[in-house]
Amino acid sequence: MRQQKREAPPGEAFLSAQGIHKRFGALVVLDNVHFSMGQTDAIGIVGPNGAGKTTLLSVLAGAFPPSAGTIRFDGRDVTAQAAANRCRLGLVRTHQVPKPFSGMTAFENVLVAASHGGVASRDEAYERAVDALTLCGMRGVANRQADTLGLLDRKRLELARALATKPRLMLLDEIGGGLTDGEAQELVGTILELRRRGIGIVWIEHIVHILLQVAERLICMDAGRIIADGEPKAVMSDAAVVKAYLGGAPA
Amino acid sequence: MRALANDISIERWTRSSRLALSTMGAVLCLLALAPLVLGAGAVDRMTALFVYVILAAMWNALAGYGGLVSVGQQVFFGLGAYFTIRLADAGLNPFLSLFAAALITGAISLPLSLFMLRLKGGEFAIGMWVISALTHMLVNLDRLIQGETGTSLISLNVYDSSTRRAVIYWLALASMAALLGALFALLRSRTGAAIQAIRDNEDAAAAVGVHVIGTKRLLFVLAAFGIAVAGGLWLASATTFQPKTYFSVQWTAYMIFMVLVGGIGKFEGAILGAVLFFIIETFFGALGVWYLIGLGATAVIFSLYLPRGLWGEIERRFDLQLLPVGYRLKLPGPTKIQWKQ
Repeated sequence: MRQQKREAPPGEAFLSAQGIHKRFGALVVLDNVHFSMGQTDAIGIVGPNGAGKTTLLSVLAGAFPPSAGTIRFDGRDVTAQAAANRCRLGLVRTHQVPKPFSGMTAFENVLVAASHGGVASRDEAYERAVDALTLCGMRGVANRQADTLGLLDRKRLELARALATKPRLMLLDEIGGGLTDGEAQELVGTILELRRRGIGIVWIEHIVHILLQVAERLICMDAGRIIADGEPKAVMSDAAVVKAYLGGAPA
Repeated sequence: MRALANDISIERWTRSSRLALSTMGAVLCLLALAPLVLGAGAVDRMTALFVYVILAAMWNALAGYGGLVSVGQQVFFGLGAYFTIRLADAGLNPFLSLFAAALITGAISLPLSLFMLRLKGGEFAIGMWVISALTHMLVNLDRLIQGETGTSLISLNVYDSSTRRAVIYWLALASMAALLGALFALLRSRTGAAIQAIRDNEDAAAAVGVHVIGTKRLLFVLAAFGIAVAGGLWLASATTFQPKTYFSVQWTAYMIFMVLVGGIGKFEGAILGAVLFFIIETFFGALGVWYLIGLGATAVIFSLYLPRGLWGEIERRFDLQLLPVGYRLKLPGPTKIQWKQ
């Protein structure tokens, strides 16, 4: 059953994660993570490899359940909801390693998202798919089979597909990785346009100078914990952050 | 063709696909008249062809579109025949029994899907084979079947042989047309796009809002139903039921052969593959072991050198799609890509 869209009650965060633990066997990947954000916030997440960033994103998106903890989205507890249901509520993610539907064209990839994400009439799904492809600069390759696309277009396709689900909050996982400066700059333009549309952003990225053009708030993770959270410049000069990245004392 | 704003439109039918569909309609009408002109042997052979088309189309939908490769689909073929025998024995009209049996088999596939669809890839493929072998043994326990001795659909004897032959032919033709039509409509729907998305990447499909398990289940049950119809038709045509003939893995081997040679994941491919298989069987079936060796060799050669199958090659070379299930975005202006900075 599809509940009516509603605004989070005043005072409550749009997306929140309380006391999140995630273990794979004996390996603790997330260790008591607390996180919350408002509807139109843009948050960057940085941290060394293996810090648990992608796992946090996966738990928030519902790819797998946390070992402990609660996730609330738009005023309801979604901890037990599958990824598909969270997507239909407006919470969507992209994948660090692009996962295209390789036997389908780029347009069909996006159309699947548009017609299943926020369930729509066929015409609305078409409109949304074309809009998402246009915004991500993919109209020229719309009829190409996805397995013939290069890395840049695969990354764009991840974004376009997520966008076509009519999200209210997007969780982006290193969509800038491996791109040239010019391409990354174009990507920033696209994401700023998403912000203008009122879509909230959580973005994991290693390329900090790209991230800082979008993020108003920065979170740094290390070894499954959030070690710094706040205004980007302050976080980047935080002693614990510098230590996590460089393994030494701040200069 | 659906037009959107700014001269953009979505193409789903082409001139050649419309032509193909009306040609297929005409061919079906002609085929419906065949029992009036063809001899008894030819009518029986054509009935077999229709059964092959159903089998190929169902396996192709499951594996080629849904990514659910199974080597145990003979379980539904056997159950379709078995329940037909059971229902006819209980006094139901044999032709009605055939479709009721397919419904029962479809209903059984639903609880079966609850645990089978949790298996992935090779586990699912082999798991289905295990299910088939188990079911085969259970059917053998039924006293009515008398173990491997088997039994016959005796209630068909109330019809004289020419009426019986013609009715079975028409039922097979109508079933084939209806099942192909249903499958085509399903694959062209938004559920059809979801089925293919799941095949390509289950996690990504779930992430964009596709209900993965429910969608797979729908396909699994539809394929079980279709293959059960084929099993019932085969029984009606052959009249004898020996469990080991119906629950034999050769049926799935035939399905795989037809789909691989015709073109996996192509709607036209399964039909073409079934026709090719039918022709090969008609001309070389009497060669016994060498026929089987030839079939195996052909399948190997195709998967090595023509992995897209015959139809895949035709589609690639001539950009020809007769029964398209996809979408093509038509943009305004010159169709060639313009390179400008």
